[in-house]
Amino acid sequence: MAESDVNPIDGVAVEINGVEVIAHKGELLIDAAERTGTYIPRFCYHERMKPVGMCRMCLVEVDTGRGPALQPSCMLECTPGMKADTESAVTKKAQDGILEFLLANHPLDCPVCDKGGECPLQDQTMAYGPGESRFVEEKRHKEKPIPISDLVLLDRERCILCDRCTRFAKDVAGDPLIHFIHRGNNTEVNTFPDEPFASYFSGNTVQICPVGALTASTYRFKARPWDLETTESTCQTCSVGCRISIDSSRDQVQRFAGVDIDPVNWGWLCDKGRFSSQAVTSDARLSEPLVRDGSGLVPAKWSDALNRFAKALDNASSAQSIGVIGGSRLTNEDAYAWSKLFKGVLATDNVDAQLGDGLPAHAVLGLPGATIDEVCAPGGTVLLLGPDVKEELPVLFLRLRHAAVEDRVTLVEVSPRSSGLTSLTKASVHPRPGETADVVAALMGTAAIDREIAGVAAAELEAARTALAAASGPITVVLGRASIAESANVTVAAASAILAARPDTTFLSALRRSNVRGALDMGLAPGLLPGRVTLEDGAEWYSEVWPAMPSAIGLDTEGILRAAADGRIDVLVLLGADPLADFPDADLAERGLTGARTVLSVDTALNASSKRADVVLAAAGFAEKAGTTTNIEGRVSTLSQRVTPPGTARADWMLAAELSNRLGTDLGFESFGDVLAEISAVAPAYLALDQAIAEGSTDGVLLPLDVVVIIDEEDDDIVIVDETVVVSEDGAEVDVTADVVVEESEVAEDADEPIELIADDSDVAGAMPPFVQFAPIDSIAAPPVDSYGFRLVASRKLYDQGTLVQSAPALAPLAPGSIVSLNPWEFDRLGVAAGGRALVRTAKASVNVTVQSDAGVPRGVAAMIVNQADGRVSDLVSVDELVAEVRIETAP
Amino acid sequence: MARLTNDNVELAREIIGRYPRPKSALIPLLHLAQEQDGHLTDDAMAHIGELVGVSSAEVLGTASFYEMFKMEPVGRYMVNICTNISCQLRGGEELLEHAEKTLGIRPGQTTADGLFTLEDVECIAACTEAPCLQVNYRYEHRISNEGFDQLVNDLRAGRRTDIPSHGVLAEVRQHIPDERRAGVVTPEDKAAPVWIPAAGEGER
Repeated sequence: MAESDVNPIDGVAVEINGVEVIAHKGELLIDAAERTGTYIPRFCYHERMKPVGMCRMCLVEVDTGRGPALQPSCMLECTPGMKADTESAVTKKAQDGILEFLLANHPLDCPVCDKGGECPLQDQTMAYGPGESRFVEEKRHKEKPIPISDLVLLDRERCILCDRCTRFAKDVAGDPLIHFIHRGNNTEVNTFPDEPFASYFSGNTVQICPVGALTASTYRFKARPWDLETTESTCQTCSVGCRISIDSSRDQVQRFAGVDIDPVNWGWLCDKGRFSSQAVTSDARLSEPLVRDGSGLVPAKWSDALNRFAKALDNASSAQSIGVIGGSRLTNEDAYAWSKLFKGVLATDNVDAQLGDGLPAHAVLGLPGATIDEVCAPGGTVLLLGPDVKEELPVLFLRLRHAAVEDRVTLVEVSPRSSGLTSLTKASVHPRPGETADVVAALMGTAAIDREIAGVAAAELEAARTALAAASGPITVVLGRASIAESANVTVAAASAILAARPDTTFLSALRRSNVRGALDMGLAPGLLPGRVTLEDGAEWYSEVWPAMPSAIGLDTEGILRAAADGRIDVLVLLGADPLADFPDADLAERGLTGARTVLSVDTALNASSKRADVVLAAAGFAEKAGTTTNIEGRVSTLSQRVTPPGTARADWMLAAELSNRLGTDLGFESFGDVLAEISAVAPAYLALDQAIAEGSTDGVLLPLDVVVIIDEEDDDIVIVDETVVVSEDGAEVDVTADVVVEESEVAEDADEPIELIADDSDVAGAMPPFVQFAPIDSIAAPPVDSYGFRLVASRKLYDQGTLVQSAPALAPLAPGSIVSLNPWEFDRLGVAAGGRALVRTAKASVNVTVQSDAGVPRGVAAMIVNQADGRVSDLVSVDELVAEVRIETAP
Repeated sequence: MARLTNDNVELAREIIGRYPRPKSALIPLLHLAQEQDGHLTDDAMAHIGELVGVSSAEVLGTASFYEMFKMEPVGRYMVNICTNISCQLRGGEELLEHAEKTLGIRPGQTTADGLFTLEDVECIAACTEAPCLQVNYRYEHRISNEGFDQLVNDLRAGRRTDIPSHGVLAEVRQHIPDERRAGVVTPEDKAAPVWIPAAGEGER
């Protein structure tokens, strides 16, 4: 929609206000006019939704050869020779008249309306409307705001019936829970009685409402638009990387709103992202460091807390006795600083940003990547092999939904239970947990499937195989962990099978935590160094800038917790992590935290795990620090500071630098820009990032960039074209300095023109290391089926007991609580009933939860929700097992 | 007085089967629900939504568009008296006033015994027979005050067997032979018939 260069041959020449402009083929007049600088007022038209011509505000005088007539420009495709006049007397009279009609019943309560000051109706009345009303009759009256959901209120008097919210609910979100009710003068938007607008995307209707009819419960009467200060940033609620604007007033975050960028969120946000603005200002936020004395955690001076923190690290018996968990909630700069501290100064490789609930780093970074746009490209075929994206990555769900509904994208799902996208798939199969890879291998085959595999009937498998085989080009895969009760190896084996059969397949990792991709990219995983290189390959490259280097590949979170439980970890550092809540095996997390001699935490708020720490450093959180973040695609976008952190909380990179100083090494960082500059100069996949950000757009920067590194030697200039291989002009592999000095650059307009990095060769640090490679694994044998038992599927819902949701008062009550969902056909043999209680039992533990009937859960599967208030799933799961087998009994 | 009865669900499936898209059966099913309960209950609308695969809000949105679907309980007999121009000239308003007195209710109200609901309507397309009224959409032509009283007495006494209770469209049910059915047989089967191109295909 935003391309500015139009090939005149493909374009349509139209005349707008006497000036000839070239419109795209099929472009609407309202869009063509706006793109070429003529704004036509509108209420109902929204560039991300289909036009309806509801409000008539965009009427303009158009002549298509039969004389000028008023036509709605949002419903009119440009045709050759069309002449539009947006400023004629007739057009102006029409605009004036429409506004007078709209205002006939619209209350003039602007002074107490949240929209006042940023209201399209207000603005356009000022610009195009009548000076005063001729309407003296009584206006329509309705009950002032009625809640249509827990988050959104509706004032029907103010509504101008533009159909934006109802179209959004039906066409974009797929939750048609609000609708026009009644007819004519009585028409109003409303929900069905007792069936609220409980959509994960309801907040978007508030944002697109062109009047103050829909308001958010979190923002009502909190601020006026002219008092707001706004900064653009990137949402950090999940890893999709939606662009948002942060509005603050009096140094308090007031609200978030979606910003439209083409490659990611199209202006939409999920409610968790939007209303997590409340979490920024939560009372639970740490405003000062805490240290443990005899009476528990007490506030301390920064110098004391940092000294104790540093001393604990210094006193560790060896590098191997330090373990670091977490980092997925940080900025790239924070993650790099920690990475440099722990790996490059303290030389431990026991560092893992994921909590055993994601995918191995080699799979995230090493699989051939696909962007969201590539996954959603019209006519494509997508294999969904991961979590329910509606629950974990909601805006990716919107994109996939749009792709399936509007862009003829074929979705094929392989998941342990049905998901929010199941109804839109061409085929959806639900293999027994643990046996997904066998099904995927069969689906990749060329032979027809004539037998049941992993509990899926042959006919269903064949339908899915046929749908995949019908793909006209390479398929894309959305890859993630559908259930934390199932080993990540199952997913890796499935990916391996896909790659073996279709090497041209590309993958989008469906990981959940905000900057998990950036944390992995910055080396916060065992065996990795910043810039998507392995420890083995990159050790020499980093030897000039990092004082030390781990001697061997370290432990992941599971390994760290096991080692801690065995007493082999002296210092366990939690970087915003809560293993007690998030690690799939709560028992191991508990033993690990207990077994670690010292637990140190850096966090924005206390959680179950950091309450057990000896020192807790107060960290600045979202909207309180600048930086960059990397989304699931590997797209880097900027994070901005809008407010000051609570109390004396500081950004993580500062804490890493302070600690390093106390340990006798200067990390060399005095601002986040210093960190970014070092990342951009040394991290292979991030080379030249700072230039690209400085010159790039709000869309962010997709990495790795096409970078040409030029070694500035007198005679022997070296030009490297491929971003992964460094070669000289004569083709020989050469050494490139790690100490790159950027002298000249240009951001490529397209991929053909690489960025030039000019480096000096003062201290050569070996050849640029290659990127991480995916390490395929063979199919794995699932345990035999226990016909009395159930295989556990432990998946996430959007709202849970996580810190973010629970610190936002509007979101906290939305967590559904613990339930076990069973296929209704299982009820008789178990003797349980929907709504009743049942015991879910494994060898380790049993939990007492409410039973829910769910036809989307296959027989033989018990589906539970992770991290809910009562009945923790992680009590049941053991990381030793490939899948969790449970028994279900009636609760006593 | 709630969701559709099992018999009516059978009937609903038969009706849905007449159409290529389950959603198309929405209005006939709303009539079925109104026939069952005399008006549309929330539960019935939610049930219909499940049967045809749309949300309850969409069912309500459609139903509330139409005046003849009643969201609140009405009497067994809905009496619509025309006061539009032809009937007005021939005494329609006087007839309405007489009806109000006879029944003891105002337009829009229902008698305490739950038998009659009175409505004041615009032209019902029988101007040659003015003044006229409808009982459950069955015409009564050239009605005098005495005629109205007689009608009410007959209805009360159950002598007007030709007028079924409110919501019943016809005593004879439509039956479409299998070979003339357009589409799917059960609402679970969402497959579109071959002659309808799948959504998104064709010109773009």
